[in-house]
Amino acid sequence: MPTRREIFERRQRRRANLIAALSTGAVLLAVCVLVPLSPGWESVQRAFFNGAIFARTFPGLLEAFLLDVAIFAWCAPLIAILALALAIARDLRAPALTPVRLAATAFIDIFRGLPVILVIYLVGFGIPGLGLPRPWNSPYLWGSLSLILVYAAYTAEVIRSGISSIHDSQRAAALSLGLTETDTMRYVVLPQAIRRVIPANMNLFIALQKDVALLSFIGPVEIFRQAGVYKSLLANFTPYVGAALIFLAVTIPATRYADHLMNKQRRQQQ
Amino acid sequence: MKLLYVTAASLALSAPAFAQNDCAAGQTLSEGTLTIATGNPAFYPWVLDDAPASGEGFEAAVAYAVAANMGFEPDAVEWTRSSFDQAIQPGAKDFDINIQQFSITPEREEVVDFSIPYYTSAMAVLTTQSVVDTGAEATLDSLKTLTWGADANTTAVAMLADLIAPQTGPMLYNDNVDVTAAMQAGQIDAALFDLPTALYLSAVVVPDGTLLGQFPADRTESPDQFGMLMANDSPLKPCVDAALQELIDDGTLAAIETQWLEETTGVPVIK
Repeated sequence: MPTRREIFERRQRRRANLIAALSTGAVLLAVCVLVPLSPGWESVQRAFFNGAIFARTFPGLLEAFLLDVAIFAWCAPLIAILALALAIARDLRAPALTPVRLAATAFIDIFRGLPVILVIYLVGFGIPGLGLPRPWNSPYLWGSLSLILVYAAYTAEVIRSGISSIHDSQRAAALSLGLTETDTMRYVVLPQAIRRVIPANMNLFIALQKDVALLSFIGPVEIFRQAGVYKSLLANFTPYVGAALIFLAVTIPATRYADHLMNKQRRQQQ
Repeated sequence: MKLLYVTAASLALSAPAFAQNDCAAGQTLSEGTLTIATGNPAFYPWVLDDAPASGEGFEAAVAYAVAANMGFEPDAVEWTRSSFDQAIQPGAKDFDINIQQFSITPEREEVVDFSIPYYTSAMAVLTTQSVVDTGAEATLDSLKTLTWGADANTTAVAMLADLIAPQTGPMLYNDNVDVTAAMQAGQIDAALFDLPTALYLSAVVVPDGTLLGQFPADRTESPDQFGMLMANDSPLKPCVDAALQELIDDGTLAAIETQWLEETTGVPVIK
């Protein structure tokens, strides 16, 4: 037997759901009805939402997306390793290691401050231009390195924020138990720090997934470039919409997963 | 009778004010001027020194000749800049005519209008002397084994697959400059361009650049023909076509071509 309170709350909930459904429906209806009424809709539809061109180009886009996935797959672990090394280097406390700390700080400042595309151009065309023989001048190699440098700088800062969120008393406690500095970092600080920054790093990896497309500027024909080629040949922007859908199919689940991790973490901390 | 006089008088008065054919009157973006768009930057030998208003360079000269035949004095021609994407996007255009080596294709013609072609280009293979030294030859078998590059926004991409069908997929770039940068970095062996552009790049931009050979325009089923681009169903198209046809018929177009694109002969033909 529900209490009066429960009956009241259930009624309130039903009412809120109804209003939400109505307002969402009204907005959707307005968009679906009003947009096609605008005078330029037909040409916009032909240029961006052309079914025939979509069907013709989608398989090629999907194939080109495999290159994005591959670049992401070999960059991500290297970014994680370099970022961890940088974060630890920035946190070094021994006076003799000051040059290492300064170098790590400078690295992060530089690569966090530069636009990704600029680094890709400089590293991707500049270093091979010095006269490296094949295959060492490959744009895949140097383009990936650019992404790794920039994203390692971002990720290092995130990891460092995790490290500094671990209270100093924990280090003191670990040292007093006889652990060395290294062991303290390895067994006490890092396991907690990294767990704390997983959601933030998930966001960075979603951003990386999209920035992989910037490699197309120095030659590789990945999905963004392939869409551009179709656009140019067919004089139609629909391939870009197809590429956007493919990106969304990967990034939306990843974003939801990051949200899920964040919520889980919040529940654990309470 | 009086009405006739008044009409005749007003016609006579208005004629010098709008020194243009009836055909273009009232059809341009701003009354009395013809707004012509070109690339940003515009490249040699199409436009010299990126200054189309000088009328120097093949496309700049053609643009002024067409404008003159349509009844626009040189000072009634306004220049603006546009990218390829701006030229094909739906909605109002901010140019009357766009001239920047747009190749005419049936797919493009569905969304924009093209004039009759003002130039038919051969495609040429740009490479460097060091690639030639390592044994690249002007034969299809040799070309197939090279690593290729091209400007992604051009029909060279489709031609590459069509004419050469290289063994590895080509690298694609945003513009000429990036293609030459990749060539200098040794990342690509060769690139396909229209012949005048290739000549310019080999002579000026790429150190030790050279042309391995050319595919004559009649080599493909759909040769690379350049047309002036206009908005879809543009009322100007008949005027532009008529003006161009006049230039072709009286030999002016050929003379302009000789003046600016003369050196395009003498590049070996690929068999």
